[in-house]
Amino acid sequence: MDDTPSRGPGHRDDGARIDIVGLTKRFLTPKGEAFTAIRDVSLTVEPGQFCAIVGPTGCGKSTTLGQVSGLDKPSAGHVSVGGTRVDGITDGVSFMFQADSLFPWKTVLDNVKIGPVLKGMPRAQATVLARDWIRRVGLAGFEDRYPHQLSGGMRKRVAMAAALINNPRILLMDEPFGALDVQTKAIMQTELLALWEEYRPSVLFITHDLDEAVALADRVVIMTTSPGTVKDVFDIDLPRPRGDVQEIRHEARFLELQGQIWQSLRDEVTRAYARTADAA
Amino acid sequence: MTAVSLPGAAAASETSIQSAARASRRRRIAWVWIGRILLAVVVIGGWQLFTELGWVDPFFFGQPSGIWDSLVRLFTVGTAFGSIWENLWVTVQEALYGFALGTVVGVILGILLGTNRYLSAVFGPYIKVLNSIPRIVLGSIFIVAFGLGIFPKVLLAAVLVFFAVFFNAFQGVREVDQNLVSNVRVLGATPLQVARHVTIPSAMTWIIASLHTAFGFAIIGALVAEVLGAQKGIGLIISQAQGNFDPNTVFACMAIIAVFTLVAEYLITLLEHAVLKWRPPVRSEAQSI
Repeated sequence: MDDTPSRGPGHRDDGARIDIVGLTKRFLTPKGEAFTAIRDVSLTVEPGQFCAIVGPTGCGKSTTLGQVSGLDKPSAGHVSVGGTRVDGITDGVSFMFQADSLFPWKTVLDNVKIGPVLKGMPRAQATVLARDWIRRVGLAGFEDRYPHQLSGGMRKRVAMAAALINNPRILLMDEPFGALDVQTKAIMQTELLALWEEYRPSVLFITHDLDEAVALADRVVIMTTSPGTVKDVFDIDLPRPRGDVQEIRHEARFLELQGQIWQSLRDEVTRAYARTADAA
Repeated sequence: MTAVSLPGAAAASETSIQSAARASRRRRIAWVWIGRILLAVVVIGGWQLFTELGWVDPFFFGQPSGIWDSLVRLFTVGTAFGSIWENLWVTVQEALYGFALGTVVGVILGILLGTNRYLSAVFGPYIKVLNSIPRIVLGSIFIVAFGLGIFPKVLLAAVLVFFAVFFNAFQGVREVDQNLVSNVRVLGATPLQVARHVTIPSAMTWIIASLHTAFGFAIIGALVAEVLGAQKGIGLIISQAQGNFDPNTVFACMAIIAVFTLVAEYLITLLEHAVLKWRPPVRSEAQSI
Protein backbone atom coordinates (compact mmCIF):
# COMPACT_ATOMS: atom_id res chain seq x y z
CA MET A 1 0.00 0.00 0.00
CA ASP A 2 2.61 2.51 1.01
CA ASP A 3 5.52 1.61 -1.18
CA THR A 4 7.63 4.52 0.08
CA PRO A 5 7.35 7.07 -2.71
CA SER A 6 10.72 8.06 -4.10
CA ARG A 7 11.48 10.82 -1.67
CA GLY A 8 13.10 13.64 -3.60
CA PRO A 9 14.81 16.55 -1.96
CA GLY A 10 11.54 17.19 -0.21
CA HIS A 11 11.66 14.53 2.44
CA ARG A 12 9.19 15.79 4.99
CA ASP A 13 9.47 15.92 8.72
CA ASP A 14 7.40 17.83 11.22
CA GLY A 15 8.28 21.14 9.58
CA ALA A 16 5.45 20.55 7.16
CA ARG A 17 2.75 19.95 9.74
CA ILE A 18 -0.17 22.37 9.72
CA ASP A 19 -2.24 22.90 12.84
CA ILE A 20 -5.24 25.14 12.57
CA VAL A 21 -6.63 25.81 16.03
CA GLY A 22 -9.92 27.58 16.73
CA LEU A 23 -9.47 29.85 13.76
CA THR A 24 -11.99 32.67 13.40
CA LYS A 25 -11.89 35.44 10.84
CA ARG A 26 -14.15 38.44 10.70
CA PHE A 27 -14.21 41.03 7.97
CA LEU A 28 -15.49 44.56 8.00
CA THR A 29 -18.10 44.98 5.31
CA PRO A 30 -18.10 48.28 3.43
CA LYS A 31 -21.07 49.29 5.59
CA GLY A 32 -18.90 48.87 8.65
CA GLU A 33 -20.52 45.69 9.90
CA ALA A 34 -18.51 42.73 11.06
CA PHE A 35 -18.98 39.64 8.93
CA THR A 36 -17.77 36.30 10.23
CA ALA A 37 -16.32 34.34 7.35
CA ILE A 38 -15.05 31.36 9.34
CA ARG A 39 -15.72 30.42 12.94
CA ASP A 40 -13.70 28.14 15.15
CA VAL A 41 -12.09 26.10 12.40
CA SER A 42 -9.74 23.43 13.71
CA LEU A 43 -7.96 20.90 11.59
CA THR A 44 -4.59 19.28 11.26
CA VAL A 45 -2.65 18.36 8.16
CA GLU A 46 0.05 15.80 8.85
CA PRO A 47 3.45 16.35 7.22
CA GLY A 48 3.27 15.25 3.61
CA GLN A 49 -0.47 14.74 3.75
CA PHE A 50 -2.81 15.72 0.96
CA CYS A 51 -5.81 17.36 2.57
CA ALA A 52 -8.79 18.56 0.56
CA ILE A 53 -11.34 21.05 1.85
CA VAL A 54 -14.75 20.77 0.27
CA GLY A 55 -17.68 23.01 0.91
CA PRO A 56 -20.36 25.10 -0.73
CA THR A 57 -19.41 28.41 -2.28
CA GLY A 58 -18.78 31.20 0.18
CA CYS A 59 -18.00 28.99 3.15
CA GLY A 60 -14.62 30.60 3.83
CA LYS A 61 -12.41 27.98 2.26
CA SER A 62 -10.17 30.56 0.64
CA THR A 63 -10.12 32.58 3.85
CA THR A 64 -8.68 29.57 5.64
CA LEU A 65 -5.88 29.30 3.09
CA GLY A 66 -5.08 32.97 3.47
CA GLN A 67 -4.51 32.42 7.19
CA VAL A 68 -2.19 29.48 6.62
CA SER A 69 -0.04 31.42 4.16
CA GLY A 70 0.15 34.33 6.57
CA LEU A 71 -1.25 36.80 4.01
CA ASP A 72 -4.09 37.42 6.44
CA LYS A 73 -4.23 37.65 10.19
CA PRO A 74 -6.81 35.64 12.12
CA SER A 75 -9.35 37.42 14.34
CA ALA A 76 -9.12 34.62 16.88
CA GLY A 77 -7.33 31.31 17.14
CA HIS A 78 -4.10 30.60 15.35
CA VAL A 79 -2.34 28.57 12.72
CA SER A 80 0.89 26.75 13.38
CA VAL A 81 3.16 25.45 10.68
CA GLY A 82 5.76 22.98 11.83
CA GLY A 83 4.99 23.90 15.41
CA THR A 84 5.67 27.60 14.87
CA ARG A 85 2.81 30.05 15.04
CA VAL A 86 2.15 31.86 11.78
CA ASP A 87 2.86 35.55 12.08
CA GLY A 88 3.52 37.24 8.78
CA ILE A 89 4.32 35.33 5.63
CA THR A 90 4.90 31.63 6.28
CA ASP A 91 8.21 30.42 4.95
CA GLY A 92 8.30 27.59 2.43
CA VAL A 93 4.74 27.96 1.13
CA SER A 94 3.58 28.04 -2.47
CA PHE A 95 0.19 29.07 -3.72
CA MET A 96 -1.81 28.00 -6.74
CA PHE A 97 -5.02 29.82 -7.61
CA GLN A 98 -7.94 29.11 -9.84
CA ALA A 99 -7.23 32.16 -11.93
CA ASP A 100 -3.97 32.13 -13.82
CA SER A 101 -1.55 33.60 -11.42
CA LEU A 102 1.10 33.80 -14.11
CA PHE A 103 2.74 37.08 -14.98
CA PRO A 104 1.42 37.91 -18.43
CA TRP A 105 4.49 40.06 -19.07
CA LYS A 106 6.98 37.33 -18.28
CA THR A 107 7.91 34.41 -20.50
CA VAL A 108 7.32 30.84 -19.32
CA LEU A 109 10.94 30.66 -18.22
CA ASP A 110 10.78 33.89 -16.23
CA ASN A 111 7.46 32.86 -14.69
CA VAL A 112 8.89 29.61 -13.40
CA LYS A 113 12.10 31.33 -12.35
CA ILE A 114 10.44 33.93 -10.14
CA GLY A 115 10.41 31.77 -7.00
CA PRO A 116 14.15 31.10 -6.81
CA VAL A 117 14.92 34.65 -7.98
CA LEU A 118 12.90 36.12 -5.12
CA LYS A 119 14.77 33.82 -2.79
CA GLY A 120 17.98 35.41 -4.01
CA MET A 121 19.31 32.55 -6.11
CA PRO A 122 21.80 33.70 -8.78
CA ARG A 123 20.05 34.16 -12.12
CA ALA A 124 22.10 31.61 -14.04
CA GLN A 125 21.42 28.93 -11.48
CA ALA A 126 17.73 29.83 -11.32
CA THR A 127 17.53 29.55 -15.11
CA VAL A 128 18.99 26.04 -15.07
CA LEU A 129 16.58 25.00 -12.35
CA ALA A 130 13.61 26.57 -14.14
CA ARG A 131 14.48 24.84 -17.42
CA ASP A 132 14.57 21.55 -15.57
CA TRP A 133 11.13 22.16 -14.09
CA ILE A 134 9.67 23.27 -17.41
CA ARG A 135 10.92 20.00 -18.89
CA ARG A 136 9.45 18.11 -15.97
CA VAL A 137 5.95 19.47 -16.56
CA GLY A 138 6.31 18.65 -20.25
CA LEU A 139 6.74 22.14 -21.64
CA ALA A 140 10.30 21.93 -22.98
CA GLY A 141 10.53 24.14 -26.04
CA PHE A 142 7.97 26.62 -24.72
CA GLU A 143 10.39 28.56 -22.50
CA ASP A 144 10.18 31.77 -24.51
CA ARG A 145 6.42 31.87 -24.96
CA TYR A 146 4.23 34.33 -23.16
CA PRO A 147 1.25 33.02 -21.15
CA HIS A 148 -1.31 34.30 -23.65
CA GLN A 149 0.26 32.05 -26.27
CA LEU A 150 -0.44 28.92 -24.22
CA SER A 151 -3.57 26.85 -23.74
CA GLY A 152 -5.32 26.70 -20.37
CA GLY A 153 -3.77 23.35 -19.51
CA MET A 154 -0.30 24.53 -20.44
CA ARG A 155 -0.70 27.60 -18.28
CA LYS A 156 -1.63 25.35 -15.38
CA ARG A 157 1.53 23.33 -15.95
CA VAL A 158 3.58 26.51 -15.82
CA ALA A 159 1.81 27.50 -12.60
CA MET A 160 2.51 24.05 -11.20
CA ALA A 161 6.20 24.26 -12.05
CA ALA A 162 6.35 27.77 -10.57
CA ALA A 163 4.67 26.54 -7.39
CA LEU A 164 6.90 23.51 -6.95
CA ILE A 165 10.29 24.86 -8.05
CA ASN A 166 11.05 26.21 -4.59
CA ASN A 167 10.39 22.75 -3.19
CA PRO A 168 7.82 24.11 -0.75
CA ARG A 169 7.00 22.24 2.42
CA ILE A 170 3.41 23.37 2.04
CA LEU A 171 1.41 23.73 -1.13
CA LEU A 172 -1.82 25.73 -0.90
CA MET A 173 -4.17 25.21 -3.82
CA ASP A 174 -7.32 27.24 -4.23
CA GLU A 175 -9.48 25.45 -6.79
CA PRO A 176 -6.47 25.25 -9.07
CA PHE A 177 -8.21 23.28 -11.82
CA GLY A 178 -11.63 24.87 -11.43
CA ALA A 179 -11.57 26.67 -14.75
CA LEU A 180 -10.36 23.75 -16.86
CA ASP A 181 -12.40 21.50 -19.12
CA VAL A 182 -13.06 18.00 -17.82
CA GLN A 183 -10.39 16.16 -19.83
CA THR A 184 -7.64 18.66 -19.14
CA LYS A 185 -8.62 18.68 -15.50
CA ALA A 186 -8.18 14.90 -15.22
CA ILE A 187 -4.77 15.07 -16.89
CA MET A 188 -3.62 17.86 -14.62
CA GLN A 189 -4.83 16.00 -11.53
CA THR A 190 -2.86 12.92 -12.51
CA GLU A 191 0.25 15.02 -13.10
CA LEU A 192 -0.18 16.85 -9.83
CA LEU A 193 -0.43 13.54 -7.98
CA ALA A 194 2.73 12.24 -9.66
CA LEU A 195 4.68 15.36 -8.70
CA TRP A 196 3.24 15.38 -5.21
CA GLU A 197 4.17 11.74 -4.66
CA GLU A 198 7.71 12.59 -5.65
CA TYR A 199 8.16 15.66 -3.44
CA ARG A 200 5.56 15.17 -0.75
CA PRO A 201 4.74 18.68 0.37
CA SER A 202 1.77 18.96 2.71
CA VAL A 203 -1.14 20.06 0.57
CA LEU A 204 -4.24 22.02 1.44
CA PHE A 205 -6.41 21.70 -1.61
CA ILE A 206 -9.63 23.64 -1.90
CA THR A 207 -12.29 22.46 -4.29
CA HIS A 208 -16.03 22.24 -4.63
CA ASP A 209 -15.65 19.10 -6.73
CA LEU A 210 -16.14 16.14 -4.42
CA ASP A 211 -14.83 13.60 -6.95
CA GLU A 212 -11.65 15.58 -7.27
CA ALA A 213 -11.24 15.71 -3.51
CA VAL A 214 -11.72 11.98 -3.01
CA ALA A 215 -9.51 11.03 -5.94
CA LEU A 216 -6.59 13.17 -4.85
CA ALA A 217 -6.64 13.50 -1.09
CA ASP A 218 -5.70 11.49 1.98
CA ARG A 219 -8.18 13.44 4.03
CA VAL A 220 -11.32 15.30 3.04
CA VAL A 221 -12.65 18.08 5.24
CA ILE A 222 -16.25 19.19 4.80
CA MET A 223 -17.02 22.79 5.71
CA THR A 224 -20.40 24.29 6.50
CA THR A 225 -21.79 27.44 5.01
CA SER A 226 -21.11 30.87 6.43
CA PRO A 227 -19.84 31.23 8.96
CA GLY A 228 -17.63 28.43 7.76
CA THR A 229 -16.60 25.77 10.18
CA VAL A 230 -15.47 22.15 9.97
CA LYS A 231 -18.38 19.77 9.75
CA ASP A 232 -16.82 16.39 9.07
CA VAL A 233 -13.43 14.90 8.38
CA PHE A 234 -13.05 11.76 6.27
CA ASP A 235 -9.89 9.74 5.80
CA ILE A 236 -9.51 8.36 2.32
CA ASP A 237 -7.83 4.98 2.37
CA LEU A 238 -7.49 4.49 -1.36
CA PRO A 239 -4.03 3.00 -2.00
CA ARG A 240 -1.16 5.10 -3.27
CA PRO A 241 0.28 5.71 -5.75
CA ARG A 242 -3.12 6.25 -7.24
CA GLY A 243 -2.01 6.54 -10.84
CA ASP A 244 -4.61 7.69 -13.33
CA VAL A 245 -7.25 9.80 -11.63
CA GLN A 246 -9.88 8.94 -14.21
CA GLU A 247 -9.63 5.24 -13.45
CA ILE A 248 -9.91 5.58 -9.69
CA ARG A 249 -13.35 7.00 -10.18
CA HIS A 250 -14.67 3.60 -11.18
CA GLU A 251 -13.29 1.68 -8.20
CA ALA A 252 -15.81 0.34 -5.69
CA ARG A 253 -14.04 1.86 -2.69
CA PHE A 254 -13.97 5.25 -4.37
CA LEU A 255 -17.70 5.17 -4.98
CA GLU A 256 -18.38 4.02 -1.45
CA LEU A 257 -16.34 6.86 0.09
CA GLN A 258 -17.72 9.37 -2.34
CA GLY A 259 -21.26 8.31 -1.38
CA GLN A 260 -20.57 8.67 2.34
CA ILE A 261 -19.04 12.11 1.98
CA TRP A 262 -21.80 13.29 -0.30
CA GLN A 263 -24.33 12.53 2.44
CA SER A 264 -22.50 14.98 4.64
CA LEU A 265 -21.97 17.58 1.97
CA ARG A 266 -25.47 17.51 0.55
CA ASP A 267 -27.14 19.18 3.53
CA GLU A 268 -24.67 22.00 3.40
CA VAL A 269 -25.06 22.54 -0.32
CA THR A 270 -28.83 22.57 0.02
CA ARG A 271 -28.66 25.03 2.89
CA ALA A 272 -26.25 27.32 1.02
CA TYR A 273 -28.46 27.19 -2.04
CA ALA A 274 -31.58 27.98 -0.04
CA ARG A 275 -29.81 30.96 1.47
CA THR A 276 -28.74 32.44 -1.86
CA ALA A 277 -32.22 31.77 -3.22
CA ASP A 278 -33.68 33.72 -0.29
CA ALA A 279 -31.27 36.55 -0.80
CA ALA A 280 -32.03 36.79 -4.50
CA MET B 1 -9.77 24.35 -44.17
CA THR B 2 -9.93 20.64 -43.37
CA ALA B 3 -10.24 19.48 -46.95
CA VAL B 4 -11.52 15.93 -47.19
CA SER B 5 -11.73 16.14 -51.00
CA LEU B 6 -9.39 14.81 -53.71
CA PRO B 7 -5.79 15.78 -52.98
CA GLY B 8 -4.95 17.20 -56.43
CA ALA B 9 -8.07 19.28 -56.78
CA ALA B 10 -7.76 20.46 -53.20
CA ALA B 11 -4.22 21.73 -53.78
CA ALA B 12 -5.20 23.56 -56.94
CA SER B 13 -8.21 25.24 -55.36
CA GLU B 14 -6.09 26.05 -52.30
CA THR B 15 -3.63 28.11 -54.37
CA SER B 16 -6.41 29.84 -56.25
CA ILE B 17 -8.15 30.68 -52.97
CA GLN B 18 -4.90 32.07 -51.62
CA SER B 19 -4.23 34.26 -54.63
CA ALA B 20 -7.83 35.46 -54.66
CA ALA B 21 -7.52 36.41 -50.98
CA ARG B 22 -4.30 38.31 -51.67
CA ALA B 23 -5.86 40.13 -54.59
CA SER B 24 -8.87 41.20 -52.56
CA ARG B 25 -6.55 42.44 -49.80
CA ARG B 26 -4.55 44.49 -52.31
CA ARG B 27 -7.75 45.93 -53.70
CA ARG B 28 -8.95 46.89 -50.24
CA ILE B 29 -5.70 48.69 -49.43
CA ALA B 30 -5.77 50.50 -52.75
CA TRP B 31 -9.30 51.72 -52.12
CA VAL B 32 -8.36 52.98 -48.66
CA TRP B 33 -5.54 55.04 -50.12
CA ILE B 34 -7.72 56.37 -52.91
CA GLY B 35 -10.22 57.44 -50.26
CA ARG B 36 -7.56 59.10 -48.14
CA ILE B 37 -6.08 61.08 -51.03
CA LEU B 38 -9.52 62.06 -52.22
CA LEU B 39 -10.41 63.36 -48.75
CA ALA B 40 -7.25 65.48 -48.58
CA VAL B 41 -7.89 66.88 -52.06
CA VAL B 42 -11.49 67.73 -51.21
CA VAL B 43 -10.66 69.44 -47.92
CA ILE B 44 -7.54 71.37 -48.96
CA GLY B 45 -8.75 71.95 -52.50
CA GLY B 46 -12.12 73.11 -51.23
CA TRP B 47 -10.47 75.48 -48.81
CA GLN B 48 -8.29 76.88 -51.61
CA LEU B 49 -11.27 77.12 -53.98
CA PHE B 50 -13.59 78.84 -51.51
CA THR B 51 -10.98 81.41 -50.61
CA GLU B 52 -10.13 81.99 -54.30
CA LEU B 53 -13.79 82.49 -55.08
CA GLY B 54 -14.11 84.86 -52.18
CA TRP B 55 -16.79 82.83 -50.37
CA VAL B 56 -14.43 82.61 -47.42
CA ASP B 57 -12.19 85.53 -46.58
CA PRO B 58 -8.53 84.45 -46.71
CA PHE B 59 -7.66 87.45 -44.54
CA PHE B 60 -9.27 85.72 -41.58
CA PHE B 61 -9.08 82.04 -42.46
CA GLY B 62 -5.88 81.77 -44.45
CA GLN B 63 -5.41 79.93 -47.68
CA PRO B 64 -3.50 76.69 -48.43
CA SER B 65 -1.29 78.37 -51.00
CA GLY B 66 -0.62 81.22 -48.57
CA ILE B 67 0.25 78.70 -45.84
CA TRP B 68 2.70 77.03 -48.20
CA ASP B 69 4.30 80.42 -49.04
CA SER B 70 4.53 81.22 -45.39
CA LEU B 71 6.14 77.83 -44.68
CA VAL B 72 8.70 78.44 -47.41
CA ARG B 73 9.38 81.90 -46.00
CA LEU B 74 9.78 80.54 -42.46
CA PHE B 75 12.38 78.03 -43.60
CA THR B 76 14.26 80.25 -46.11
CA VAL B 77 14.04 83.77 -44.70
CA GLY B 78 13.47 82.89 -41.06
CA THR B 79 11.56 84.88 -38.50
CA ALA B 80 11.99 88.07 -36.56
CA PHE B 81 13.43 85.96 -33.74
CA GLY B 82 16.05 83.97 -35.64
CA SER B 83 15.76 80.95 -37.88
CA ILE B 84 12.77 78.64 -37.66
CA TRP B 85 15.05 75.81 -36.56
CA GLU B 86 16.26 77.80 -33.59
CA ASN B 87 12.70 78.53 -32.53
CA LEU B 88 11.51 75.00 -33.16
CA TRP B 89 14.39 73.66 -31.10
CA VAL B 90 13.41 75.88 -28.16
CA THR B 91 9.81 74.63 -28.27
CA VAL B 92 10.88 71.03 -28.72
CA GLN B 93 13.21 71.28 -25.75
CA GLU B 94 10.50 72.76 -23.56
CA ALA B 95 8.04 70.09 -24.59
CA LEU B 96 10.50 67.23 -24.10
CA TYR B 97 11.75 68.43 -20.73
CA GLY B 98 8.20 69.06 -19.59
CA PHE B 99 7.13 65.66 -20.87
CA ALA B 100 9.99 63.92 -19.07
CA LEU B 101 9.49 65.81 -15.82
CA GLY B 102 5.72 65.36 -15.79
CA THR B 103 5.95 61.68 -16.68
CA VAL B 104 8.54 60.84 -14.05
CA VAL B 105 6.72 62.68 -11.27
CA GLY B 106 3.34 61.38 -12.43
CA VAL B 107 4.50 57.76 -12.52
CA ILE B 108 6.23 57.91 -9.15
CA LEU B 109 3.35 59.63 -7.36
CA GLY B 110 0.77 57.50 -9.17
CA ILE B 111 2.43 54.28 -8.08
CA LEU B 112 3.03 55.58 -4.58
CA LEU B 113 -0.57 56.67 -4.01
CA GLY B 114 -1.90 53.67 -5.89
CA THR B 115 -0.15 51.23 -3.58
CA ASN B 116 -0.70 53.13 -0.35
CA ARG B 117 -4.35 53.42 0.64
CA TYR B 118 -3.62 55.87 3.45
CA LEU B 119 -1.66 58.29 1.29
CA SER B 120 -4.28 58.12 -1.44
CA ALA B 121 -7.06 58.82 1.06
CA VAL B 122 -5.15 61.87 2.35
CA PHE B 123 -4.00 63.28 -0.99
CA GLY B 124 -6.96 62.18 -3.11
CA PRO B 125 -9.29 65.16 -2.59
CA TYR B 126 -6.49 67.68 -3.09
CA ILE B 127 -5.42 66.09 -6.33
CA LYS B 128 -9.03 66.21 -7.51
CA VAL B 129 -9.17 69.91 -6.65
CA LEU B 130 -5.90 70.60 -8.46
CA ASN B 131 -7.15 68.64 -11.45
CA SER B 132 -10.34 70.67 -11.66
CA ILE B 133 -8.72 74.10 -11.72
CA PRO B 134 -7.89 75.42 -15.18
CA ARG B 135 -4.20 74.59 -15.09
CA ILE B 136 -3.38 76.49 -18.25
CA VAL B 137 -3.76 79.69 -16.22
CA LEU B 138 -0.83 78.55 -14.11
CA GLY B 139 1.27 79.53 -17.14
CA SER B 140 0.73 83.21 -16.32
CA ILE B 141 1.90 82.64 -12.76
CA PHE B 142 4.96 80.69 -13.87
CA ILE B 143 5.95 83.43 -16.30
CA VAL B 144 5.53 86.12 -13.67
CA ALA B 145 7.53 84.06 -11.21
CA PHE B 146 10.26 82.65 -13.44
CA GLY B 147 10.58 85.11 -16.30
CA LEU B 148 10.61 84.64 -20.06
CA GLY B 149 13.14 81.80 -20.22
CA ILE B 150 12.60 78.15 -20.92
CA PHE B 151 11.88 77.10 -17.33
CA PRO B 152 8.27 78.34 -16.91
CA LYS B 153 7.35 76.64 -20.21
CA VAL B 154 8.83 73.36 -19.06
CA LEU B 155 6.90 73.73 -15.84
CA LEU B 156 3.56 74.34 -17.53
CA ALA B 157 4.08 71.43 -19.91
CA ALA B 158 5.04 69.22 -16.96
CA VAL B 159 1.93 70.19 -15.00
CA LEU B 160 -0.32 69.27 -17.92
CA VAL B 161 1.54 66.00 -18.50
CA PHE B 162 1.57 65.13 -14.83
CA PHE B 163 -2.17 64.78 -14.43
CA ALA B 164 -2.60 62.68 -17.55
CA VAL B 165 0.12 60.28 -16.46
CA PHE B 166 -0.64 60.35 -12.76
CA PHE B 167 -4.24 59.20 -13.04
CA ASN B 168 -3.33 56.40 -15.40
CA ALA B 169 -0.45 55.18 -13.24
CA PHE B 170 -2.73 55.31 -10.21
CA GLN B 171 -5.48 53.40 -11.97
CA GLY B 172 -2.96 50.93 -13.36
CA VAL B 173 -1.70 50.13 -9.90
CA ARG B 174 -5.24 49.73 -8.62
CA GLU B 175 -6.01 47.26 -11.39
CA VAL B 176 -3.13 44.99 -10.46
CA ASP B 177 -4.25 41.40 -10.08
CA GLN B 178 -4.26 40.78 -6.33
CA ASN B 179 -3.64 37.08 -6.94
CA LEU B 180 -0.28 37.95 -8.46
CA VAL B 181 0.57 40.13 -5.50
CA SER B 182 -0.40 37.39 -3.05
CA ASN B 183 1.58 34.91 -5.07
CA VAL B 184 4.88 36.77 -4.91
CA ARG B 185 4.30 37.77 -1.31
CA VAL B 186 3.89 34.13 -0.36
CA LEU B 187 7.13 33.45 -2.19
CA GLY B 188 8.75 35.93 0.16
CA ALA B 189 8.93 39.07 -1.98
CA THR B 190 9.84 42.35 -0.27
CA PRO B 191 7.62 45.38 -1.02
CA LEU B 192 10.27 46.57 -3.45
CA GLN B 193 10.22 43.24 -5.26
CA VAL B 194 6.43 43.32 -5.41
CA ALA B 195 6.68 46.72 -7.08
CA ARG B 196 9.38 45.56 -9.48
CA HIS B 197 7.86 42.25 -10.53
CA VAL B 198 4.14 42.96 -10.30
CA THR B 199 2.97 46.52 -9.76
CA ILE B 200 5.14 48.41 -12.22
CA PRO B 201 4.94 45.98 -15.16
CA SER B 202 1.22 45.70 -14.63
CA ALA B 203 0.68 49.45 -14.48
CA MET B 204 2.94 49.89 -17.51
CA THR B 205 0.05 49.15 -19.89
CA TRP B 206 -1.86 52.08 -18.47
CA ILE B 207 1.14 54.37 -18.25
CA ILE B 208 2.22 53.80 -21.82
CA ALA B 209 -1.33 54.39 -23.03
CA SER B 210 -1.32 57.74 -21.24
CA LEU B 211 1.93 58.82 -22.88
CA HIS B 212 0.19 59.37 -26.21
CA THR B 213 -2.17 61.98 -24.80
CA ALA B 214 0.48 63.27 -22.42
CA PHE B 215 2.78 64.17 -25.27
CA GLY B 216 0.04 66.26 -26.84
CA PHE B 217 -0.34 68.05 -23.52
CA ALA B 218 3.40 68.73 -23.37
CA ILE B 219 3.24 70.49 -26.74
CA ILE B 220 0.16 72.46 -25.71
CA GLY B 221 1.82 73.51 -22.46
CA ALA B 222 4.98 74.68 -24.18
CA LEU B 223 3.10 76.57 -26.91
CA VAL B 224 0.61 78.25 -24.60
CA ALA B 225 3.36 79.35 -22.23
CA GLU B 226 5.23 80.80 -25.19
CA VAL B 227 2.18 82.67 -26.36
CA LEU B 228 1.83 84.07 -22.83
CA GLY B 229 5.37 85.42 -22.92
CA ALA B 230 8.63 84.31 -24.48
CA GLN B 231 11.75 85.47 -26.27
CA LYS B 232 11.91 82.52 -28.67
CA GLY B 233 9.76 79.63 -29.78
CA ILE B 234 6.98 78.59 -32.11
CA GLY B 235 4.40 79.96 -29.69
CA LEU B 236 5.99 83.38 -29.93
CA ILE B 237 5.88 83.23 -33.75
CA ILE B 238 2.22 82.30 -33.52
CA SER B 239 1.38 85.13 -31.16
CA GLN B 240 3.28 87.61 -33.34
CA ALA B 241 1.49 86.36 -36.46
CA GLN B 242 -1.78 86.78 -34.60
CA GLY B 243 -0.84 90.38 -33.88
CA ASN B 244 -0.07 90.93 -37.56
CA PHE B 245 -3.38 89.37 -38.73
CA ASP B 246 -1.42 86.69 -40.51
CA PRO B 247 -3.41 83.42 -40.21
CA ASN B 248 -1.22 81.72 -42.80
CA THR B 249 1.82 81.81 -40.51
CA VAL B 250 -0.27 80.49 -37.62
CA PHE B 251 -1.36 77.55 -39.77
CA ALA B 252 2.21 77.05 -40.97
CA CYS B 253 3.40 76.81 -37.35
CA MET B 254 0.61 74.34 -36.65
CA ALA B 255 1.81 72.20 -39.53
CA ILE B 256 5.40 72.26 -38.28
CA ILE B 257 4.34 71.23 -34.80
CA ALA B 258 2.07 68.54 -36.22
CA VAL B 259 4.98 66.96 -38.07
CA PHE B 260 7.06 66.97 -34.91
CA THR B 261 4.21 65.47 -32.88
CA LEU B 262 3.69 62.71 -35.43
CA VAL B 263 7.37 61.77 -35.22
CA ALA B 264 7.21 61.72 -31.42
CA GLU B 265 3.99 59.72 -31.53
CA TYR B 266 5.69 57.18 -33.76
CA LEU B 267 8.57 56.85 -31.30
CA ILE B 268 6.12 56.35 -28.41
CA THR B 269 4.39 53.63 -30.41
CA LEU B 270 7.75 51.92 -30.93
CA LEU B 271 8.37 52.11 -27.20
CA GLU B 272 4.91 50.71 -26.58
CA HIS B 273 5.57 47.72 -28.80
CA ALA B 274 8.92 47.08 -27.15
CA VAL B 275 7.65 47.31 -23.58
CA LEU B 276 4.33 45.59 -24.13
CA LYS B 277 5.46 42.84 -26.47
CA TRP B 278 3.98 40.29 -24.05
CA ARG B 279 0.46 41.44 -24.80
CA PRO B 280 -1.79 39.31 -26.96
CA PRO B 281 -1.94 40.84 -30.42
CA VAL B 282 -5.50 42.06 -30.11
CA ARG B 283 -5.75 45.39 -31.82
CA SER B 284 -8.77 47.47 -31.07
CA GLU B 285 -10.27 49.58 -33.83
CA ALA B 286 -9.05 52.72 -32.13
CA GLN B 287 -5.46 51.51 -32.24
CA SER B 288 -5.53 50.80 -35.93
CA ILE B 289 -6.32 54.45 -36.68
